[in-house]
Amino acid sequence: MDGMNVSVWGLGKRYGSVRAVEEISMDVRAGEFLSLLGPSGSGKTTLLMMIAGFEMPSMGKISIGDRDVTYVVPNRRNVGMVFQRYALFPHMTVADNIAFPLRMRKVPRQDATRRVCDALALVQLEGYGKRLPSELSGGQQQRVAVARALVFEPPVLLMDEPLGALDKKLREQMQIEIKRLQQRLGVTVIYVTHDQEEALTMSDRIAVMRDGSLEQIGSPAELYDGPATPFVADFVGKTNFLEGECRSYNGTGLEIGIGQSGFIRLVQCPPALTVLPKPGDRVRLAVRPEQIRLLRPGEADGPALEGVVETVIFVGSFRTFLVRLPGGELVHVQVHADHNASHPGEGDRVSLAIPGHAVRVFGQARC
Amino acid sequence: MPATPVMRRPFLRGSPTSSREYGRTPSLLLVTPLLLLLSGGFLYPVGKLFWGSIFAPQATLKHYLRIVEEPLYLLVLWRTFEIAFIVTVLALLLGYPVALAMARVSGRAATLVGACVLIPLWTSVLVRSYAWIVLLQRNGVVNSSLLEAGLIEAPLQLLYTRGAVVVAMTQVLLPFMVLPIYSVVSSIPDDLTRAARNLGAGGLQAFLRITLPLSLPGVAAGVLITFVLSLGFYITPALVGGPSTLMMSTLIGQQTTELLNWPFAGALSVVLLLATLLLVVVFRRALALNKGFKLG
Repeated sequence: MDGMNVSVWGLGKRYGSVRAVEEISMDVRAGEFLSLLGPSGSGKTTLLMMIAGFEMPSMGKISIGDRDVTYVVPNRRNVGMVFQRYALFPHMTVADNIAFPLRMRKVPRQDATRRVCDALALVQLEGYGKRLPSELSGGQQQRVAVARALVFEPPVLLMDEPLGALDKKLREQMQIEIKRLQQRLGVTVIYVTHDQEEALTMSDRIAVMRDGSLEQIGSPAELYDGPATPFVADFVGKTNFLEGECRSYNGTGLEIGIGQSGFIRLVQCPPALTVLPKPGDRVRLAVRPEQIRLLRPGEADGPALEGVVETVIFVGSFRTFLVRLPGGELVHVQVHADHNASHPGEGDRVSLAIPGHAVRVFGQARC
Repeated sequence: MPATPVMRRPFLRGSPTSSREYGRTPSLLLVTPLLLLLSGGFLYPVGKLFWGSIFAPQATLKHYLRIVEEPLYLLVLWRTFEIAFIVTVLALLLGYPVALAMARVSGRAATLVGACVLIPLWTSVLVRSYAWIVLLQRNGVVNSSLLEAGLIEAPLQLLYTRGAVVVAMTQVLLPFMVLPIYSVVSSIPDDLTRAARNLGAGGLQAFLRITLPLSLPGVAAGVLITFVLSLGFYITPALVGGPSTLMMSTLIGQQTTELLNWPFAGALSVVLLLATLLLVVVFRRALALNKGFKLG
């Protein structure tokens, strides 16, 4: 089965005066794994339900491959779907569940039996065909749901937070399994999740949604390193936000003062800004915790922020330092755990060196 | 004792019995008031009726022989089951769509449908039976409308017929069919129907293969309750039915209140009770053969 591209143009959904989804346009490439990432109420599930055909869009168009499916009933769209609570039919055996889409398509019995066996093998559940869904564990039910959604070889697979009900360890294992399966089969996957780690792990591209509109779409690295808005910077990965004031701009660099805490010098023109800030403008900076270097006071060879370590958190592979700046801001600094090196302890004075290339600058108006 | 079909949620795993959850002694304590009420208010009088029917005053089976020997009584017993059966089938045919609609609609429409089902239930059976008399009598609403429309020349005999009994009983008992079905249908997750549609089933297919089989426990409960209630129904058949629609309860009523023949009334009651129990057991057996999805 080869994946097909899915396109939406100006797709919107209103419930009365409530806009659940604003006019969204995007293109999911054939064979791509795209995540719709956003907090609850961001419209990601509504968007998925419109693509599946369970919600009628208020405006716009949806096409799968070259076919306009905007007004096609769900059973004629030929897309697979995995639901949040699996939605396995409780009165049918696992094999009957998986055979259901084949039966609906009038596939001959012998052929169907073979394909059900293949699908069970695909999700490593050989021999479970005769059981009822309630006799399986959550992870196994989830695999049956995947097998059922793939057995009729749909070019597109929609997944609505399919791992939400599983515990962390199983979830991580299933993430990798689903990703491998998708790569092997070449099916296009649209995956709804509110878990940014899950989206980063699995996706070719992530579409971040907020309040019904598309905030940014891009590869995990693009989103992580170059968030277009403070919301994306905050939602994808951990971020420190600092309020600053533009001090001077001399053609090559920009100096931004962080209250009484010091200043940061940016050598390149910050890419998120369309208009360069003038001296005196208020801006918002975003810095990833692992981009900040933690130094002893005075050790920095450039501009640095001074602060006091308030808390040290040990998280296995790294340590997180919460550093209080004189202006009152709390900065998270993440440092790889090196058991030989000595780290500053709580109450120690430190210098924070923030390289200019690691800083994202957002105008105040956009926050 | 197995849980009633209404309480079953076939898609939830294992409904723990109360004894497993609370321990045996507290469970027994919880059912004690009901057991006392049942033995004082049901077992004792039924036992006394039964006793009276075979020792009057010496041991005798003459009351039972009378039931078997006089064709009238077997006819009434047969008619009672026949009417109960027709009423149950009608209530199922009328009630299932209503239950489905109740589970599907939301907002103001849901309140309206709910009210239509519940308000009759909260109204006295006597009032509803008299309402049918008002509708069906010789110069009642139905007859006068038909006369005015010119569809009939003379008023029809509607009241005191088998049709009147069936229609009125169906209306009175409808909520007992609708509510158990509604309770089960509304607990079927929407995602199941959606999944069926997504996998290629049309609306009708999704209903026949998913909603209908999953609603069967509710149907079973509704059918059982409606059928058993119709078997013992007294007020409505007594008011809107005539001599040709005499049913068991009315017959028993006559024997106790008018003829004061308690031993014979006792014999009739015992026969009705046994016939009902037999049917319930057969019904449950038939269901048990077909409960692949009922897990517990």
